[in-house]
Amino acid sequence: MTSNPTAAPARGDTTDRITHLGEEEIADLAVGCTVLAGGGGGDPRIGHLMALNMVREHGPVPVIDVTEVPDDGLVISAGMIGAPTVMVEKIPSGAEGPVIRSTIEQQLGVKAHAMMPLEMGGLNGVLPVAWASATGLPLVDGDLMGRAFPEIQMCTPHLYDIPAWPCVMVDERSQAIIFEPRDNVWLEKLARNAVSTLGGCACAGLYPMTGAQARGPVIRGTVSTAVRIGRTVRTAREDPFGALDAEVGLYPLITGKVIDVDRRTAGGFVRGSAVIEGIEGDRGRLVRIEFQNENLVALEDGEALATVPDIITLLDKHTAYGIVTEHIRYGQRVVVGVIPSPAPWRTPRGLEVVGPRAFGYDVDYVPVEETHARVG
Amino acid sequence: MPASVDLRIGIDVGGTNTDAVVLDRENTLLAKFKTPTTPDLTSGISLAIESVLAGLDEPVERITHVMLGTTHATNAILERRDLYKVAVVRIGAPATTSIPPLLDWPADLAEVVSAGDVVIRGGSEISGDPLTDFDADALAQFLRSVQGTAQAVAVTGVFSPVSAEHEFLAEKVVHEVLGDIPVSLSHGIGALGLLERENACVLNAALVGVARKVVAGLTESLQRNKIDAVSFLTQNDGTLMGLDYVLRFPVLTIGSGPANSMRGAGYLTNITDGVVVDVGGTSSDIGILINGFPRESSTAVDIGGVRTNFRMPDLVSIAVGGGTRIRATADGITVGPDSVGYRLRTEALVFGGGSPTLSDAAVAAGRMSIGDPEKVAGREETLKAAQAEADDQVWNAIDQIRPSRMSVPVVAVGGGSLILPKDLPGFDDVLWPENYDVANAIGAAIASVSGQVDKVFKLGNRTREEILAEATTAASDEAVSAGADPDEVEIVEIEEVPMAYLQDPVVRIRAKAAGPLGAV
Repeated sequence: MTSNPTAAPARGDTTDRITHLGEEEIADLAVGCTVLAGGGGGDPRIGHLMALNMVREHGPVPVIDVTEVPDDGLVISAGMIGAPTVMVEKIPSGAEGPVIRSTIEQQLGVKAHAMMPLEMGGLNGVLPVAWASATGLPLVDGDLMGRAFPEIQMCTPHLYDIPAWPCVMVDERSQAIIFEPRDNVWLEKLARNAVSTLGGCACAGLYPMTGAQARGPVIRGTVSTAVRIGRTVRTAREDPFGALDAEVGLYPLITGKVIDVDRRTAGGFVRGSAVIEGIEGDRGRLVRIEFQNENLVALEDGEALATVPDIITLLDKHTAYGIVTEHIRYGQRVVVGVIPSPAPWRTPRGLEVVGPRAFGYDVDYVPVEETHARVG
Repeated sequence: MPASVDLRIGIDVGGTNTDAVVLDRENTLLAKFKTPTTPDLTSGISLAIESVLAGLDEPVERITHVMLGTTHATNAILERRDLYKVAVVRIGAPATTSIPPLLDWPADLAEVVSAGDVVIRGGSEISGDPLTDFDADALAQFLRSVQGTAQAVAVTGVFSPVSAEHEFLAEKVVHEVLGDIPVSLSHGIGALGLLERENACVLNAALVGVARKVVAGLTESLQRNKIDAVSFLTQNDGTLMGLDYVLRFPVLTIGSGPANSMRGAGYLTNITDGVVVDVGGTSSDIGILINGFPRESSTAVDIGGVRTNFRMPDLVSIAVGGGTRIRATADGITVGPDSVGYRLRTEALVFGGGSPTLSDAAVAAGRMSIGDPEKVAGREETLKAAQAEADDQVWNAIDQIRPSRMSVPVVAVGGGSLILPKDLPGFDDVLWPENYDVANAIGAAIASVSGQVDKVFKLGNRTREEILAEATTAASDEAVSAGADPDEVEIVEIEEVPMAYLQDPVVRIRAKAAGPLGAV
């Protein structure tokens, strides 16, 4: 327990920073992204293979801290928008990264300095590695969510009133659409409609920022964190949960088995819930997780045990790998773990955008470390 | 050719044993035979047929049908032998070019299988509209470059489960350039997920040579034994495929072993919904029957290091079998994962050997009576602890595969199944049907014929009912063309999955029809 509600565990720690992403780091990054996604973002596999193919050809992708970007250097954040279930069929061409780069450069009349992942969760944590490689740009060690979220305005620059445009959306035929909307919420609506016209998924570059602008909103060190999580989980033989706790601070809610799962498509999202019945020391308890792509709340006896923006993640009980909502099924043995939210989301403005009420829950956000003890 | 169904031979060629049974029209078991599997397929099948016929008092003329289940295709992939060189064609450029075909294959398998690959322009959107025009010239050019090396061609188009048009165009070009070469089209093999479907399609093409050997072996065995019968192979869902279908879709025989056991277990107990535990010498396969058919896996299945997505039974395999070794170490009792395998009858304690096994534990606990029970004296504690551990592993595996919290029956089959406990908390009693040891061959003999559709439909102006009718009719037609009796075919499974993020509603429908063999 801690008395400071906004204290998140140390992130952006420069002592163990990743400087390059090669084959092994990319594999670890993909695993880390399943943990940080909180159930959303899709299976990272396509992104993993795209990045793997690129680095086999071009060598490892350099990773830089946002402080290494010159004040006037342009950073482009990028990711896939739409249905991961379409992208497993209509895989990107590989030209998307260069098109995103050149279109935004043309719009702004400046050269790009670096690429950055839009979100650090699921597929989108890995895809920008392929694009950085394809454009010859380094990747910024950070992102704009510190996890995965479903909508464009749910990015940290939005809290600083930084516009998400000029935004470019590109399909596999290299058709580019440039958006210059009224505000970030309008962009979300326009982009969602464009995505469906393009067949259900597309790639986008958005929130272009200078180094000086980016230093405020970027959640630093998340690429390194995800790689370390992946490596930790992959190599920990005895106690992957303890190892995970040492990396990010893990608050376990329940160890149990999935006894019910319900999924439906509504408003372009996968909504549903999963019920976990306690086993071992948690026998007799029932915890319900509700999700909209990502896991939003964990409930027990009608009380919220944890809510967004803290990262509620279902972890395989034996391996501690993350389980995306599409893959939850009856009988899985899981640990429901909570990783404290990145600090920007815990501010009043942050909670307005991604707190439980932004997703329609009539509860107040309480930081997980105020109500739960850590694994260790 | 026989005019109607009379006596049938069911054969299961497993990794360790080959089983054969003869059933009559009422499915009464007339004869059974079990023999170690031989490396040479034809002689093994011949021996099994010959031996089971020796135990039968009926004239060989009464045999009208022969059904074979085999793990031969699986072993060919695992051992990298007899595989065809495949020209790999993907239709999807400019999409998909960021991940080349076979990128995630084990290098040695890719080396053996690939005759070269190409990604040409074409493919479809999820709506069925073309992504771009189909590029026949680029395909022809590629095919000319592999002429002489490629023994088969695998063609996979983006969203071909929605629209297979470009795959058919490609097939035509292949025949124009390479003549009479086997061509596998992915839309008939796997579901959505381009890379997994492409992998399954390439494996399918690579297995055409194996399929030809199996079909030739079976045909020759029948001739040697003077049997004039219609013959089939069983596929992954436990239903039959005609020999011409086997030559087109050999990859679909890969999961037929466990599927046969499950179908056999269901048949022997009259249970249509329940859990089946098939215990062999080294491991147990646990699966689930829904409506009399094995439930299919909803996630990708790894075959020889390759991720695929064609229909396979949903199985949990654990290293618990009759020959599983028990060791007492400083840290406690360990169970497996290794096994004495086929040496059970020399190495187990009850047979005078020195390796404690789960069979010994079962003898000590009174579950099984083989060998000399006196020989386990003094080891009871260790054996009991090991058995409790094995029981726990079995219980956990069964619990993870059952569909809900409801109590379900558990059927035990396979040569090693007597090591299982008689009751499992939270489940109905464990049932051991008569002839549990040849359930897989019985499963092959009683198999019905099925047809399946797994496709994405655009709703357009049509109603949901019209689309469902189209899907179910297509599935029934496929079952009938595969040999099912048109009057008895019924829809046994239907699943609808709506897709997100689209303007025009589309829905993925999976429908399966099955029926008994029609009069031939």
